[in-house]
Amino acid sequence: MPAVKPSPRGAVAPLPTLVLATLLSLSALASTSWAETLEVRIGLISREPQEYIPLSSLEIPIENDGLEGAMQGVRDNNTTGRFTGQAFSISPVALEGDDASGALRKLHAEGLRLFLVSLPAEALLALADLPEARDSLIFNIGAPDDPLRTQDCRANVLHTAPSRAMLADALAQYLAWKRWQKWFLVVGPHPGDQAYAAALKRAAKRFGAKIVEEKAWTFEAGASRTDSGHFNEQQLANSFTQVDDYDILVVADEADEFGEYLNYRTYRPRPIGGTQGLIPAAWSGVMEQWGATQFQRRFRDETGRLMTPLDYAAWLAVRSIGEAATRTQSADAQVLRDYILSPDFELAAFKGVPLSFRDWNGQVRQPILLSEPRVLVSVSPQQGFLHQFSVLDTLGYDRGETQCGRD
Amino acid sequence: MLQRTSALLGLCLLAPLGAQAYTAYVSSEKDNTITVVDGERLEIKKTVEVGARPRGIALSKDNRALYVCTSDEDHIEVLDLASLEVTHNLPSGPDPELLVLGPQGRFLYVANEDDNMVTVVDVEDRSKVTEIQVGVEPEGMGVSPDGKWLVNTSETTNMAHFIDIAKHEVVANVLVDQRPRVAQFTPDSQQVWVSSEIGGTVSVIDVATKEKIKVIEFAIPGMRRELIQPVGIRITDDGSRAFVALGPAARVAVVDTKTFAVEKYLLVGQRVWNLDFSPDQSRMFTTNGVSNDMSVIDMEKLKVLKTIPVGRLPWGVVVAP
Repeated sequence: MPAVKPSPRGAVAPLPTLVLATLLSLSALASTSWAETLEVRIGLISREPQEYIPLSSLEIPIENDGLEGAMQGVRDNNTTGRFTGQAFSISPVALEGDDASGALRKLHAEGLRLFLVSLPAEALLALADLPEARDSLIFNIGAPDDPLRTQDCRANVLHTAPSRAMLADALAQYLAWKRWQKWFLVVGPHPGDQAYAAALKRAAKRFGAKIVEEKAWTFEAGASRTDSGHFNEQQLANSFTQVDDYDILVVADEADEFGEYLNYRTYRPRPIGGTQGLIPAAWSGVMEQWGATQFQRRFRDETGRLMTPLDYAAWLAVRSIGEAATRTQSADAQVLRDYILSPDFELAAFKGVPLSFRDWNGQVRQPILLSEPRVLVSVSPQQGFLHQFSVLDTLGYDRGETQCGRD
Repeated sequence: MLQRTSALLGLCLLAPLGAQAYTAYVSSEKDNTITVVDGERLEIKKTVEVGARPRGIALSKDNRALYVCTSDEDHIEVLDLASLEVTHNLPSGPDPELLVLGPQGRFLYVANEDDNMVTVVDVEDRSKVTEIQVGVEPEGMGVSPDGKWLVNTSETTNMAHFIDIAKHEVVANVLVDQRPRVAQFTPDSQQVWVSSEIGGTVSVIDVATKEKIKVIEFAIPGMRRELIQPVGIRITDDGSRAFVALGPAARVAVVDTKTFAVEKYLLVGQRVWNLDFSPDQSRMFTTNGVSNDMSVIDMEKLKVLKTIPVGRLPWGVVVAP
């Protein structure tokens, strides 16, 4: 009996002999027979990360954020690909400068038509508008900006990263369930913080909360690092939060500069949520429901770290490509896009319900996790929030609320 | 009590084949236990501690031992059903989740969820015979009663892999809906039924052609489609009915195997996953993972008789004569 040997873990492409051996014995999978392996090549364009020191000494600096998630997707796809005659690979480009267009052109010239992009909204749109991108399909794995889903939509762009509106709505639904309806909003100095705050304000309106107080954070935080620095934080946060009563402090601090220093230091004994405290996110290392234990373990064994939301968005994009390629037996960007946006597309993604894409703006529909640093607290949509099509569409911009998909 | 026991004993001695006494065994993933339940009186007889994260369980050919996938121990524990003690371990490959015993009773086929493998274990030699590479997160294991086929499902690859038992080779792969969980053959070995937890369907595959002949969908009035998540499947010995556990829908669907129509939905505990019949097929037992109990169904009336609390996160159930 010829023993089938396992392919080495972490191999991006399967062993060709294995593919052939399997192909020879394939009869049932489909009506097609494969003369040779169908190659599905995927590019990943991101910026070389800046030197980043995590806020907490408990956190290990994350390497290859996003790329590792994409690699896990490639490994998963290739295991399936051994049976379907498809081989997936990823070509990562980490930009040192700003020439994302050059990177895409180069990959395009090499024949790639499928791209994962982790860049700010402006750079993403510039890529989508390149002539080379016309016959390509781009997955936005990083930019949470709502305008990309409401007005600046592109037919060749799908979003596996959740929008800020989805995150804020997920938090707001949970707070509505808790009846913590009076919010104290604290907003950081960066444009991302302002956008996150805008999403929180929209969510408050949608789900019956009231922002009873709003303040801008303008101080330097981080003195805890110096000896006795905690005393400084303690006093600053205490006086900053002396406001009229509220139920929860919601904080918009995407850069993770000060939000953590508000927790336990507020004038009133109130909890914190938003970018710190109770955090809405597409993924978290604490997640172990719906088969996530295996998924997390696989990732940790391979990378030695926990999976981040960016990794998860990258994995979702690669798995969406894989699922569409398996079902359509194609690697053509247009064929894959049409299938992904069709009602037939479903993806199991360790969240207990099938994920799919909104056909009006290319946003993936997905439950959003609400977690604190050690355990999962809840998952939105919350029970009781209904929708005529999918309860997942209670998160983010619904069909009627965008200008997209109307042309 | 004493009287009754001796009367029962007498009965057993007189008519050993007609004896009604049977026992249900339930694995509890979170408590690391096997709960032993008197199948007739529906009372817990004992709770046995086993290794970490027991999930799939299967009876030995002679019904004297229970094979337990203790997933986090990376082996299979063999529980002697007379002494209720673990007598030895079997090698299994990493993270064994579900297992099925081949028709001869010698080989166990084990799904290694972390490793994309099906491991073949010789229960007599207590050794690993071979490994068969399958898709991502192998899960469901079904063996055809005629002994020719083993079907394994892979949760992330979304396939039913047909393995030729004689050759230990994958010879066909059938794509099914998202996250396939359980594979169950019909008694005549002509069909295999595969549940898709996230797809919300059961695919009926013709074994001869390896093609799907029906995709069964489920609809419960007033319930969101996403909550209907088929997992466990059992088919009656006469092949007339299939029972499908629907997970968070807290229902078991009763399906006519000729028409593939759902006859009825039985309300059971929360997150119902696995099922098994009593030896005389008069009762069915279900594991309900969220409500931490087991529902007992009267098969004639198609009604729930009783709910028995068991350990935390009950996972698998088998019934032994």
